[in-house]
Amino acid sequence: MTPKKRRRLAFAAALIAAGGALAAGIIYELGQNTQYFRSPSDIATNKVAPGIAFHLGGLVEEKSLHHGAGADITFTVTDGKGTVPVEYNGVLPALFREGQGVVALGAMNAQGTFVATEVLAKHDEKYMPPEVVDALKRSGHWQEGGAPSPKSSGPNS
Amino acid sequence: MTGELGQLALCFALALSLVMALSGFLGAGTKAVSPAARGIVHGAAMGMLVFVALAFGTLTYAFVTSDFSIAVVANNSHTLKPLVYKISGVWGNHEGSMVLWVLVLSLYAGLVSALGRGGERLTSAALGVQGLLAAAFLLFILFTSNPFLRLDPAPFEGAGLNPLLQDPGLAMHPPMLYAGYVGLSASFSYAAAALIVGEDAQTIWARAARPFMLIAWIALTCGIALGSWWAYYELGWGGFWFWDPVENASLMPWLIATALLHSALATEKSGAFRTWSLLLAIGGFSMSLIGTFLVRSGVLSSVHAFASDPARGFFIMVLIFCAIGGALGLFAWRAPTLKGGAAFDTQSRETMLLLNNVFLVASCACVFVGTLYPLALDAFGGDKISVGPPYYAATFAPIFFALLLLEPLGPQLNWRRGDVKAALRTLMPALGLAAIAALSVLVIASPRFVTGAGAFAVAGWLIGASVIDLLKRKGARASAFAAALAHAGLGVTLMGVAGTTLWRSEALNVMGPGETMTVGPYTLRFDGVTQEQGPNYRASRAHLALMDGSQVKAVLTPEQRIYPAEGQDMADTAIRTNGFEDLYLALGDDRGNGRWTVRAYVSPLAPFIWLGGLVMALGGILSLWGRLRLKASLPAAAAQAAE
Repeated sequence: MTPKKRRRLAFAAALIAAGGALAAGIIYELGQNTQYFRSPSDIATNKVAPGIAFHLGGLVEEKSLHHGAGADITFTVTDGKGTVPVEYNGVLPALFREGQGVVALGAMNAQGTFVATEVLAKHDEKYMPPEVVDALKRSGHWQEGGAPSPKSSGPNS
Repeated sequence: MTGELGQLALCFALALSLVMALSGFLGAGTKAVSPAARGIVHGAAMGMLVFVALAFGTLTYAFVTSDFSIAVVANNSHTLKPLVYKISGVWGNHEGSMVLWVLVLSLYAGLVSALGRGGERLTSAALGVQGLLAAAFLLFILFTSNPFLRLDPAPFEGAGLNPLLQDPGLAMHPPMLYAGYVGLSASFSYAAAALIVGEDAQTIWARAARPFMLIAWIALTCGIALGSWWAYYELGWGGFWFWDPVENASLMPWLIATALLHSALATEKSGAFRTWSLLLAIGGFSMSLIGTFLVRSGVLSSVHAFASDPARGFFIMVLIFCAIGGALGLFAWRAPTLKGGAAFDTQSRETMLLLNNVFLVASCACVFVGTLYPLALDAFGGDKISVGPPYYAATFAPIFFALLLLEPLGPQLNWRRGDVKAALRTLMPALGLAAIAALSVLVIASPRFVTGAGAFAVAGWLIGASVIDLLKRKGARASAFAAALAHAGLGVTLMGVAGTTLWRSEALNVMGPGETMTVGPYTLRFDGVTQEQGPNYRASRAHLALMDGSQVKAVLTPEQRIYPAEGQDMADTAIRTNGFEDLYLALGDDRGNGRWTVRAYVSPLAPFIWLGGLVMALGGILSLWGRLRLKASLPAAAAQAAE
């Protein structure tokens, strides 16, 4: 084996090792850091362990929004089959409305309340997050045309 | 009438793009018809530019005059909108943004034709590839996204533009980003052309395509910085980067373009990495196409996804497969004829550039997987998941950190054979600066963060090394300063990122008139909310007095705006900066009885994030300027490289 060949071989081996390490790192971190999307009925049927962060999506139940002390807020998320109480300390997105879709990031506490760290802003009153549409379809509470995707409706609507 | 004119112009442009492709490829050969074909291809490129510009102009005219008989205008504009947003509305929708895409592509084709870099045959082949790309996108527009479709009857009023997009930063963001995305098509075309022409073109192309790489990189840098700045002041969360798939879609081409700039430099200067540079040029534009697919096909739900039309997504996907597959096929076909790169020592600039490329491509791989894994899982019927910032903090950040750590060594090593020990001796003052930066952070800053000290050490290392590099090259050409400037910019941005991420203070209060709040060193008095009328919105404007003892130092006015035409509302933040620190206010929701939630942040060094981006872009501009001035000596240099 010439020195040049030996160097090439060493380089190729190093590259393969680095690539393998990178792939292993990516796969490990993906496993650690993915957040699942759950609907209220998912939580009712298959208990989500407290303390694990996930995205909760559904509709804000009518007349469920209450302001507490300071910036504390409570409301209830429903998909027609299940409901989950939510606690949040923060500013609600401008388009947060009762009866409309919402996605919140947070985790369940031991009392079965979802403690939100972030309530996601959606930028269009007609817009329904696709995950919420999916959840409503699965629970049989989706009404076609109830909440079309942005800009798909005509100019006069 | 004007709508039909625009559509006709697009059809002519399509015909010319096909002529361009055919004559471009014929002109790349050495047959009897080739010189004649080369004459045609330049004319076709200019003709295409004229017709696409005409179509774009027609669409802009329709937006400015509020011609609501055109569906796109009716869906995305409004008579009350300020003129500048009527114009930016042209690309604030799917159809118009695709016309802008093709316009930028035509401009680059025109530039390739006008500069004629790398000789007649290489230019001709590159124009042929540009022609094919333009044809594909024009077909896409005409069949799935026609911007000139009519509405009958025409509505009296338009539906307006998403208020988030009615912002000076965002008006300029898409053209800037497109200049970058599409700019990579020129490098792609030159790489493909080099494979078609073969022979010596395989080293000459790197020099020929250099200005286009630089333009694309500068535009991407500015585009990403603008987008991040916009997210910072517009979204009201105080963050500057959210690892949103849309942001990632612009970051990936930037990472590959940066790798390409470095690899192609080695190809040009020492003949190393010949095949690798070709692959990077193909990969960079592939990332642009994938970014376009992610952002425009509607697989992501965001402000950027204008419509979810499966036909469009499918068309772009086919286009991506053809472009990437075609280029890689060409590569595989030519691979046996490609010469290996020139040899270099383990201690050399080439080795450092090799590491630079390994780290950049690895960091891009992290972003790529994090962005596409949730989509792939969803597409195959798996769980709906999202990949959050902690993933990127654990994968992308350490790799990029390693890249920055090694960066200062590169410019200090000679081509082919360098001396690491001597380089470290030269860089001693920079190491000292790094130590001082780390120590002062540990002493001054509170709370103390080891990561913060590390970040400032690397920033000091980068900036110190750049200064040393500048001093060493005193009296050299302007372009020699370019690298030092770009690398120093990275250090500046790193300080901003570390400062904002680690030492940001935050306060969230519900405030009634006369109440005060403190955030960081600032005291704010809430003086109530007034109702204001903007040109096309109503605003609730909070008045917050920044107090200095009992004196009012300044009044900040964050707003909540309602856009009746669009039926949307959004926050307008108030930011007061002294260049080193931002006081950032966002008005929240009305809690009744004159009480509102107010969110306040103090973000140390936040302005450095974008200042660093600007410095990087300036480095790129300097390099480009040096390159274009050298143009006159290009044929001689090319002949020399061919020997």
